[in-house]
Amino acid sequence: MKAKIFITLKDDVLDPQGKAISKSLKNLGFEGISDVRQGKLIEIKIDNDNKSKVFNEIDNMCKKLLANTVVENYKIEITE
Amino acid sequence: MKVSLIIFPGSNCDNDAKIALEKLIKAKVNMVWHKETSLPKTDLIVLPGGFSYGDYLRPGSIASKSHILFDIIKNGKKGTPILGICNGFQILTEAKLLPGTLTRNIQLKFICENTYLRVVNNDTIFSSRYNNNEIINIPIAHHDGNYFAPDHTINELEDSNRIIFKYCDKDGFVTKTTNPNGSINNIAGIVNDSKNILGMMPHPERAYDPLTKNIDGTKVFTSLLDIIL
Repeated sequence: MKAKIFITLKDDVLDPQGKAISKSLKNLGFEGISDVRQGKLIEIKIDNDNKSKVFNEIDNMCKKLLANTVVENYKIEITE
Repeated sequence: MKVSLIIFPGSNCDNDAKIALEKLIKAKVNMVWHKETSLPKTDLIVLPGGFSYGDYLRPGSIASKSHILFDIIKNGKKGTPILGICNGFQILTEAKLLPGTLTRNIQLKFICENTYLRVVNNDTIFSSRYNNNEIINIPIAHHDGNYFAPDHTINELEDSNRIIFKYCDKDGFVTKTTNPNGSINNIAGIVNDSKNILGMMPHPERAYDPLTKNIDGTKVFTSLLDIIL
């Protein structure tokens, strides 16, 4: 199975990189942008067919290493 | 004093720290590779600056899961003094030995400059030889030194005097304009609840030799001489 983990900054955490991207997009003439937040996408292939077991395993990985829950949220997507 | 100085792939201030410890407190320094599973007999653990694992994932995150960290965490919880400088501070937060985290500098720039610090609390083993509210000048060199923690953690740190250094100007004023990296409340260094673990972004090991015309970091090391072993 394959897992996609989307890691994003919590809403109350300032994202200076998102701000810089937003400025650059505006400089290029893109209009109507009210906010940009930058995050990470991590893809993991795992040899296991049990979806709920895989989910729990990935959730554990997020808590232990992949995300820093002081400042980050994460979302897990499992695909076949 | 026996010191364990931990080296990770990408540590680059380890020798500076070693020389400072040997010169200033006549320490016997054991350089401990991160793959070791137990520390030699040790009175002080030092996590030096650098870019362990190239700052991959998040600064300090991968180093905080190395083999030797298990023993460091065990010793730290038992009361062994731990000093984490720059990347060492980042590793200590990722290992949850210190609260909060160090995020990207607010202006997204790597900053390498001398900064003024106010010694907010001299009642720790790392700051006892400074005066309270003493203004010192120590260099910083980092890309991710922007200290962040939730409000309740910041309040707790303030209320329990666990903030040791704050960025200020040469007259000691702690303001937004004297904040080099965006850290909440200008935080440059904090200790844990039992005050045996200090994490700081500035580099005292780069400010002790009269040759560099700055010796303001000396007392971070010499304060440790007052520990009764």
